[in-house]
Amino acid sequence: MAQYAILIFANASHDHAALSPEDRAAHDRHGEAVEKFGGTMLTAFALQPAATATSIRGDVVTDGPFIDAKEVVAGFYVIEAPDLDAAMEIARRNPATQQGGGVEVRPVDSGFVGVPPTAG
Amino acid sequence: MSGVPQAELARVLREHAGQLAASLVPLIGDFGTAEDLVQDAVVAALERWPLDGIPERPDAWLFTVARRRGLDVLRREGNYRRKLAQLQWPVPAEPDHRLQLVFTCCHPALSRPAQVALTLRIVCGLTTAQIARAFLVPETTIAQRITRAKRKIAAAGIPYRVPADDELAPRLAEVLTVIYLVFNEGYLSTADQAHSKDLSDDAEWLASLLHTLMPAEPEVGGLLALIRLHRARAAARFDSDGGLVPLEAQDRSLWDQDAVDAAIHILTRAARHHRPGPYQLQAAIVACHAEARRWEDTDWPQIRVLYDLLLLLSPSPVIRLNRAIATRYTSGPQAALAELDELAGSLEAYPIFHATKAELLRDLGRTGEAATADQRALSLTQNPAQQALLGQRLDLFT
Repeated sequence: MAQYAILIFANASHDHAALSPEDRAAHDRHGEAVEKFGGTMLTAFALQPAATATSIRGDVVTDGPFIDAKEVVAGFYVIEAPDLDAAMEIARRNPATQQGGGVEVRPVDSGFVGVPPTAG
Repeated sequence: MSGVPQAELARVLREHAGQLAASLVPLIGDFGTAEDLVQDAVVAALERWPLDGIPERPDAWLFTVARRRGLDVLRREGNYRRKLAQLQWPVPAEPDHRLQLVFTCCHPALSRPAQVALTLRIVCGLTTAQIARAFLVPETTIAQRITRAKRKIAAAGIPYRVPADDELAPRLAEVLTVIYLVFNEGYLSTADQAHSKDLSDDAEWLASLLHTLMPAEPEVGGLLALIRLHRARAAARFDSDGGLVPLEAQDRSLWDQDAVDAAIHILTRAARHHRPGPYQLQAAIVACHAEARRWEDTDWPQIRVLYDLLLLLSPSPVIRLNRAIATRYTSGPQAALAELDELAGSLEAYPIFHATKAELLRDLGRTGEAATADQRALSLTQNPAQQALLGQRLDLFT
């Protein structure tokens, strides 16, 4: 088993909160595709719109995403899958690929997932 | 020098290098390492065999060199004991693993140039230097391509297996594209006839290997037939000065009629699967030309129907241009010109479009306009080498 990060790209103006109920439901159901093609979802995040980003390069801080592009990272998740073919089968079923955006499959080198301290 | 001919060396290496790589990958469990070992053995063979002659058992010879080198590698990795035990000659006689090898090399996650270089090196047993010469690029470029590709195979987990049935069709199309690209490179290249010929050999061999391993895939048969139909007529393509002879003027007695018949036999068997595809159709078009004893005997109506089918499967302006050329002979220059005019937008920068238009206008007696079109074609191809190449590209479609 290998781990793959799947980066979701969407139009720079994309706002997860503004998704239609159907589109949102499609994203919520994507976990089923992960299981169906032999993968395991390890962690998944949708991000706030790119306009909320702040970038730092060297000592310079700028408003907005790191690369000024038409498409930006809108979210990402990490799966465990038997091989690249399985990861690609999963990734190509990500709803973003049918909603004007796309995904990038990137093998994970190493990582760590922390547990936030519980409030109160 | 024992005078072992280059072609014989290449043939023996093709026959065994891929086999060895295919059996070493599962044994060693690492695609990149296995491939390196085989490449070392190939390089050693190219040094030794011209002096010592080709050994009686080339496969055992290559295995021994790869194994010796492998022991060093595995020893360094510290886990050699277990893997060493598995590296024994003879390698267990298993079903041919070269199909896995081909599909891994042509995985869609690799760039096209990487697919081509990997396939030639691993499956055909070419050296990095030979590939670089054939593609007229520096050796370091090819070496880098291969290193990066192998790194990606390992890091991204590109599997070593034949794709499952539901993904087989697009993956096979990828493999066929790579083979056809290698063929075109060899067949069209004017740069270095000696090396370009090698690539045609390699492409034909790859297609025939695939045909043996996947006899039920009609497009594989289609590609093999297509390559063989082109090659069967190769002797008539150039005049004594090395200039390209247009199909119309070729001495058809130079065509290898037995090879044409054999290729058509492969095509006919492929067609029995009733799963037509672009390669079967292109082969069928070339077969129409190859079967005509004289230029006047060419079955243009049939060719035009085949282009129509081809357009249904893979529509492209260039294929429409070729259909228009067939229309010229079935329905006359006026009808052909009408088809051509629809393509003016998409093929404006394509010299053959203008050259064809010039011929049609001349047929219609519109000599002034014809000259203009001729000039346009010429202005798009000032470089003589490119001109020759364009002529050949046109030639490939007929």
